[in-house]
Amino acid sequence: MRDANKTIKGTMRNVPIMEIKNIVLRFGGVVAIQDISFDIFEGEIRAIIGPNGAGKSSMLNVINGFYHPQDGEVWFRGKKRAAMKPYQIAHQGIARTFQNIALFKGMTALDNIMTGRFTHMRKGIWSQIIWRGAASQEEYENREIVEKVIDFLEIQHIRKTPVGALPYGLQKRVELGRALAAEPQLLLLDEPMAGMNVEEKEDMSRYILDVNSEFGTTVALIEHDMGVVMDISDRVVVMDYGKKIGDGSPDEVRNNQAVIDAYLGISEK
Amino acid sequence: MLYREVGEFKTSYSEDSQTFPIRFDKYRYFFVLIVGLLFVPFVINDYWAGAVLLPFLIYSIAAIGLNILTGYCGQVSLGTGGFMAVGAYASYKLMTAFPDLNILFIIIISGFVTAIVGTLFGLPSLRIKGFYLAVATLAAQFFLIWLFNKVGWFYNYSASGMITSPSRSLGTFLITGPDATPAAQYLFCFLFVFLLAWVARNLTRGKIGRSWMAIRDMDIAAEIIGVNPLVAKLSAFAISSFYVGVAGALFFSVYLGAVEVTEAFSIQKSFIVLFMVIIGGLGSIFGSFAGAAFMVLLPVALKNLLVLQFGWPVDIAAHLEFIIIGGLIVFFLIVEPHGLAQLWNLLKQKLRLWPFPY
Repeated sequence: MRDANKTIKGTMRNVPIMEIKNIVLRFGGVVAIQDISFDIFEGEIRAIIGPNGAGKSSMLNVINGFYHPQDGEVWFRGKKRAAMKPYQIAHQGIARTFQNIALFKGMTALDNIMTGRFTHMRKGIWSQIIWRGAASQEEYENREIVEKVIDFLEIQHIRKTPVGALPYGLQKRVELGRALAAEPQLLLLDEPMAGMNVEEKEDMSRYILDVNSEFGTTVALIEHDMGVVMDISDRVVVMDYGKKIGDGSPDEVRNNQAVIDAYLGISEK
Repeated sequence: MLYREVGEFKTSYSEDSQTFPIRFDKYRYFFVLIVGLLFVPFVINDYWAGAVLLPFLIYSIAAIGLNILTGYCGQVSLGTGGFMAVGAYASYKLMTAFPDLNILFIIIISGFVTAIVGTLFGLPSLRIKGFYLAVATLAAQFFLIWLFNKVGWFYNYSASGMITSPSRSLGTFLITGPDATPAAQYLFCFLFVFLLAWVARNLTRGKIGRSWMAIRDMDIAAEIIGVNPLVAKLSAFAISSFYVGVAGALFFSVYLGAVEVTEAFSIQKSFIVLFMVIIGGLGSIFGSFAGAAFMVLLPVALKNLLVLQFGWPVDIAAHLEFIIIGGLIVFFLIVEPHGLAQLWNLLKQKLRLWPFPY
């Protein structure tokens, strides 16, 4: 849908930032992901869709290291990735949000987003003990970037509110802010619009599109709202029962018989 | 009227992240410092130092330490008494082995020794959480006390099994031993409290503090933004134990002077410090002070009131004290589970609009 736009800006280069190759993930006898391969291009918005239990979230968990697949490879920036812990993957520049909000409830919105800068802060414990000088300097530099994120997401008014006290839609936005503050190369969004009303969905779609076009961040998202998916994504992967049943532009996927069958069922005749 | 933000504009991030953002708070802070440094040392006597000020200052350090671990990093510990004993015995061994070593260094090195021990006992936290971790640290408590009781090397094979602090001085002032003056001891502890509270504030406001709180609030999300749980948890254990160790060393060498380990550092100590942290407020440095003040001052105040004012028998007063303190703890937990620090914050919120809450 947005290909025309993108080629004008030249952000889409068809260079894969991430390649998923023949991933197999089993939990005991249950096969959650069965030999799935796809790639994510630099600068695109890539959607992963599928009915419930298709293995979409498991796929994201494989990408950011919560699950270690029994078989298959993950290639990031042209290099095969060794088995890593989630925090190591964060340091590589992959950030994500969660399906059920995973904010730090006891901290303010500002602190939550500041925590997103963790991978960019390098001052050691001794300079933090002294604080004045190096550590505070670093803190304020990062605060500046965080304030940009806060401006971008229009959440200035809740900066110092503990996030536990915020309404759902704003919590989702703070969580996106935390992921954005890390300035990721690849941003994974697990159902960013779940449980939102139409306006909130529109806002969130706008933020995702803006992140993608302004900062050039590659986005991979899971979403159930087909309207949103078809509108904002460049390419779509469709999963069903742990298998890939479709891959391509929104239009191709929409007309794919296997996808239609998975979503609507196959008639008896 | 006095306490308001109106007219105080913050124009830089450093101003916005001050410890005391409101001018009145800052004046109050300096007032406390000046009174504590320039007034109290001249009026202090044995009773005030022994019953109120020294225990308050030393327990404050222990409470800040436990608050770093439990309040900020979310790892419950019941081993505080044991770790205080490590600090105490480390300082004893250092004092007797190196008679020329300055008492200042002895206390600090004791803290580091405790940090190492605390880190070792913190290792299970990588696998277990919550109640199970509490039980693991409880094991540390019992093991350490047993060790100090059993192995003669720790108490230099003294016949009584007690450790007694030799006289050490800082400059010309005696800090430890029976001849030390209350004023010198008070100032010595005050110095440690001031420095350690300042360090705790600096650690908790920055990157490390946020990584602890992230682990506390949602460890999965903390990992996803790059926090290494191993580093975060063990650093919390190490720094917390450092504080507790310094508190234990001061408790033994400066405050008590002579210690029998099963009495001074029993499981009761762990609970008292935990109560301080919970009543004062988890995740608040001010709360650590408030909790320590509450737990130290209340028994003294009750005893004075009941025995000296009402003339009640000492034993009845002592038992009533247990009942009242127990009741107050339950009351506080119901009324304000976030502790005295939260009550204090509410009061400040109210004060901002006082006397015209429009």
